[in-house]
Amino acid sequence: MNSAYSLVAVAFVVLATVAIGMFGVRISRTTSDFLVASRAVTPWQNAAAIGGEYLSAASFLGVAGLIFAYGADMLWFAVGYTAGYLVLLTLVAAPLRRSGAYTLPDFAEERLASPTVRHVASLLTVGIGWLYLLPQLQGAGLTLYAVAGLPAWAGAVVVAVVVVVNVMAGGMRSVTFVQAFQFWFKLAALAVPLFFLVIAWRADGAPTPLSTPHEFSVPTTLTVWVDTTVEVDQPTQVRVSGMVDSRFSADEARTLEPGTHQIAADTRIVFAAHSAVPHVSRIPEITGQQWVSPFGGGERSVYVVYSLIVATFLGVMGLPHVVVRFYTNPNGRAARRTTVILLGLLGVFYLQLPMYGLLGRLYTPQLLVTGRTDVTILLLPGTLVGGLGGSLLSALVAGGAFAAFLSTSSGLTMAIAGVLSRTKLRRFGITGFRLAAAGAMAVPLSMALVSTRLSVADVVGLAFAVAASSLCPLVVLGIWWRRLTAAGAAAGMIVGGSLAFAAGLVTLFSTPDIGWLRDLLRWPAAWTVPIGFGVMVAVSLATRHSVPDGVVRLMARLHAPESLGLRTGGERDPDRDEVRT
Amino acid sequence: MTERTIPHRVAVTRTATPNLGRGDRIYLVADEISAQTELGDVYLRSLIASQLRLGLRTCLSVCGTFALLPLVFVLFPRLGTLPVFGIGLPWAVLGVLVYPVFVVTGWLYVRRAERNEQAFADHLEYVNQQ
Repeated sequence: MNSAYSLVAVAFVVLATVAIGMFGVRISRTTSDFLVASRAVTPWQNAAAIGGEYLSAASFLGVAGLIFAYGADMLWFAVGYTAGYLVLLTLVAAPLRRSGAYTLPDFAEERLASPTVRHVASLLTVGIGWLYLLPQLQGAGLTLYAVAGLPAWAGAVVVAVVVVVNVMAGGMRSVTFVQAFQFWFKLAALAVPLFFLVIAWRADGAPTPLSTPHEFSVPTTLTVWVDTTVEVDQPTQVRVSGMVDSRFSADEARTLEPGTHQIAADTRIVFAAHSAVPHVSRIPEITGQQWVSPFGGGERSVYVVYSLIVATFLGVMGLPHVVVRFYTNPNGRAARRTTVILLGLLGVFYLQLPMYGLLGRLYTPQLLVTGRTDVTILLLPGTLVGGLGGSLLSALVAGGAFAAFLSTSSGLTMAIAGVLSRTKLRRFGITGFRLAAAGAMAVPLSMALVSTRLSVADVVGLAFAVAASSLCPLVVLGIWWRRLTAAGAAAGMIVGGSLAFAAGLVTLFSTPDIGWLRDLLRWPAAWTVPIGFGVMVAVSLATRHSVPDGVVRLMARLHAPESLGLRTGGERDPDRDEVRT
Repeated sequence: MTERTIPHRVAVTRTATPNLGRGDRIYLVADEISAQTELGDVYLRSLIASQLRLGLRTCLSVCGTFALLPLVFVLFPRLGTLPVFGIGLPWAVLGVLVYPVFVVTGWLYVRRAERNEQAFADHLEYVNQQ
């Protein structure tokens, strides 16, 4: 049975994570990841480690689900998630490493000598981290539901507990080796099933959305797990066991007329072969031609695509678990090389997602009814390949998905806990850090348990938008512009960040009826990022008398190559400063 | 990465140029920068400017080119359906081509950035020998 293998795979990944975490503590103490071994950690290992932490639920499940649901325009997510590193490489990587900052609040304080700026940056880092952590927990819940029918809270709690325990023990995150392994495992978990899926697809005649009608090719059974509103375009014959349109049926044949229908939770519907696919109201019905063409869906305007581009291209550098990984490079030159290798690794990963999206549209169209297209990758092996092979491949994918949730959540929790412990709980030392770790996870976990309707992509998109509007200006201007002042930095971060955050919150909990307003709020980066930059520049110029002393010396440290051996302040000792075991 | 040993510092005056090792000479001018003198500032500004130019040029040219694509697809919808190697142009470019382009761009950038830094270090040495 499919679910048994998948559960075994998930359990294996969880146990391996815990075990390596417990043993990793010993390894990381003697071969100190940050002091001695950091000199021996190669750019390849570092790049794989960053990739392992960065490829989260959004990348592993979300992008393919979006491409499946909306078509060509969603390719920009994968492009943006990668392009952010090119921006980081060309503008940020080496100087940020040379600043010696472990997190962006550190960088803010180094650069501007202001506790206020540090606090603002800390607040934003924690907020962004929480926004990014929430979809990981939800993704875990979704995965365990999809592969084993477990209730949604089960996956979230499993990931939360494992991660908090690991982070408290100080293990997983600090071992670069483990995160590097996670990347290769995730890559394999995607590539191996895809290989077999493509063979099965070609054996089926290599259909495309242009060559085949959008319908159920075989009789398909679907169980809806929350109340859902769907749009039906053609009269559709179904068998219903449950409640549809407030009328209960026990395995009864019914016809869904064109229009809107309400399907209650826990209703099972069987669709006949060659019947049309109803779709949840949120996802528009699009033809194959519209699916393959940019803007073909009509729903997606040029503004939305550009806002997405701005958010992802500029938001990567503000993500907490990305920034902390750069510190493990020995110097600025290595930081650059690591980023180039990372671009290649991410490319190999993301190359596979369009194919998954295509296969999803062809072979798991029933996900359009519930709108949970995220799980298409989990269902495809069982659907296309079938049999024992399909079950094993499904198990591999489920294991890879869980590896994604665990590694990203670990990185995020470590980063958030690090920031929290250093501002509020510093005097409590290790205990403070552990409290911070628990707190770092408690907030997203409670949100995940309460709200099941938020889509992974939307919340992640909001995290990117906030990061791009507040922390990106801080880093870019801090590195390249002498005249940045503390007041300017604080003002820019506060204005940019809160605008993006507020806009996103409005759309997460309500939907404005006016089309353009909804787009503007849901994808705010296109206007909040320029505002963030603008405010930062304007206020800095207005307070130009308060440019911090020693700016030139600091700029020297950021930009001058290591080979000169400049005495400009030196490296900070991470063990003394950081509350990390 | 080989560590450069920082030579023991020797006090020197501007008129006398003692017969020091090569490393010490670079170190002397580097002191100009550390001490935030005007001379050091000039050198540093030029390095920062050239690195910023390189960074912006690379970033804007590649990311900017890709970012123009949505506009292109809106203005020329026929391009959106143009088949390339059996798949649509947007899929070929955004699904496949973009990744090797990023890697190659990144690699070329690293080479040029390191060359800038090397030129900076060499220039300091040259000036110091004057």
